[in-house]
Amino acid sequence: MMSLLKGDRGGQIFLVLLTVLAVLIPIFNLIIPEGSAFHVSTYTVTLLGKYLAFALLALSVDLVWGYMGILSLGHGAFFALGGYAMGMYLMLQIGDRGVYGNPDLPDFMVFLNWEEIPWFWHGFDNFWFAMIMVALVPGLLAFIFGALAFRSRVTGVYLSIITQALTYALLLAFFRNEMGFGGNNGLTDFKDILGFSLQSDNTRIALFIASAIALALGYLSCRAIVVSRLGRVAVAIRDSEDRVRFIGYRVDRVKLAIFTFSAVLAGVAGALYVPQVGIINPGEFSPLRSIELVVWVAIGGRTTLYGAVLGAFIVNYSKTYLTGVAPETWLFALGALFVFVTLYLPNGIVGLLKRKGGKA
Amino acid sequence: MSALDKFRETMRRDQVFDMVNKQDYSEVDTSHGQILYVEDVTVSFDGFKAINELNFYIEVGELRCMIGPNGAGKTTMMDIITGKTKPDKGTVWFGQNINLLKMTEPEIAQAGVGRKFQKPTVFEHHNIFENLEMAMAGNKNVWATFRAKISSEQHDRIMSVMDTIGLTEQSTQRAGALSHGQKQWLEIGMLLMQNPRLLLVDEPVAGMTHQEMDKTGELLTSLAGEHSVVVVEHDMDFVRSIANKVSVLHQGSILAEGTMDEVQNNQKVIEVYLGE
Repeated sequence: MMSLLKGDRGGQIFLVLLTVLAVLIPIFNLIIPEGSAFHVSTYTVTLLGKYLAFALLALSVDLVWGYMGILSLGHGAFFALGGYAMGMYLMLQIGDRGVYGNPDLPDFMVFLNWEEIPWFWHGFDNFWFAMIMVALVPGLLAFIFGALAFRSRVTGVYLSIITQALTYALLLAFFRNEMGFGGNNGLTDFKDILGFSLQSDNTRIALFIASAIALALGYLSCRAIVVSRLGRVAVAIRDSEDRVRFIGYRVDRVKLAIFTFSAVLAGVAGALYVPQVGIINPGEFSPLRSIELVVWVAIGGRTTLYGAVLGAFIVNYSKTYLTGVAPETWLFALGALFVFVTLYLPNGIVGLLKRKGGKA
Repeated sequence: MSALDKFRETMRRDQVFDMVNKQDYSEVDTSHGQILYVEDVTVSFDGFKAINELNFYIEVGELRCMIGPNGAGKTTMMDIITGKTKPDKGTVWFGQNINLLKMTEPEIAQAGVGRKFQKPTVFEHHNIFENLEMAMAGNKNVWATFRAKISSEQHDRIMSVMDTIGLTEQSTQRAGALSHGQKQWLEIGMLLMQNPRLLLVDEPVAGMTHQEMDKTGELLTSLAGEHSVVVVEHDMDFVRSIANKVSVLHQGSILAEGTMDEVQNNQKVIEVYLGE
């Protein structure tokens, strides 16, 4: 692990901060009493947990965009699919505590007058099955999509556009009630995860720590790819795809492998996000969401991995803050931020910090 | 070929499918002394025949220069050999046993054909060492690449190639910061790392100073023998300085072949180059 972080100052700082956060937040939340100034509310814990899930998602985008030049505008789709897999598990944990009190069917199915649970819901009452699906479904979609796109050598803006189309198609499909994923309303009203109530502070803290661990592992695995020869080949593909082909690498396979891995990471991020926010609906598939997360990475600074994490935190914190203070200004602020970063900070905030550090 | 003909061809009783009869790319059979056979190759783009009934052979260890006016089909010829363009008809064999037309670009590269582009193409964000490391012959599967570690022999090999192309001092410098000539050499070095049997070199001295040209000439002649080298070049002085055998390409086929003097005194060549 140490060799992975050699020469990666930003990564070292990031992992130390993450560890500190994962240790201190639970203490401040659970041990320090509520009246104290140091108490961290459960609301904040959940908010931070959500940011950690977003950070993992941003990481997965940086891996394919920063290091391989594939500007995916559909990564939100993999995130949402992972989220839905988790949501399906959580739905089936509700049991007869739903509004309609049906022990076998989730509320929305009762509402649609369905007699029995559709075949693709089978198995999702089992946590491990659901966790496998969290990785498998986004991974499989990315694999099939990537196999077709990369074999036909679709690159550049054309690829970005079809990733966008992919997520939009899924958005439309998931909006339909007949799909069996709750249509417009999505999946919500979750009660338990693994028998622990989602409302309790302890579960919230556990989810927060799980997100922190997932983010750390995600960071290290991305780092393992980036520092390997495969990572260098990926960057070479970004810079000169033909040359890579003519020195004997199967460019389509390299792209496919890294793209699929990235989709799995996005799926895991989605699965961590859903129990913390308590809902997953087709809105997550919207193209705008996917574009937004590309903006996180651009603002943080791509091709550094930790820059993506930083970007996710900064943008989402601003979003939480601004939508609280002046909700209508948020989209303008995001747009302005993106324009500013593109014009003045082509390497994002991390690029700025590096330049400052270099001068000092 | 109509769809029906294609179907008949596929259904022939003696048909052996490629998936059953996999080509062995590992060893080139050059027992007849030739490494490359290009026969009756034709390719047209929108009706324009870029390559027209092209025939030539390259011997093992030979250094062959290809000259010809612009649009004679030199780069297209390289595209065909390296799998970038598929010809309309004709055959291209690497040695006697490897049919290049059935292979993809990476497979052809793995089989031992290295190509240098007209415009120097190196990986600008990587340093010299990394550029050479990536090009190194070996298992280039995704997993093998992910797990790859440099052994001490491989390290020595990279260093020796770096020495051959004269870039040892710049080993940790980013390739993007190299001069034009140095990039050309680095690209040749990357070809060498692949241990190719055949090197296709497209305009290696374009934009070089005279000293750089001399050095490139030396480099290419030193490679011939161990490798077979095909050089496409415009610069006649350079060609004269390195070549023993020259092919003149004109309108997609070979116009003349021979030593530089023979070619230069050939009536047809004079017409093409100097006009009637």
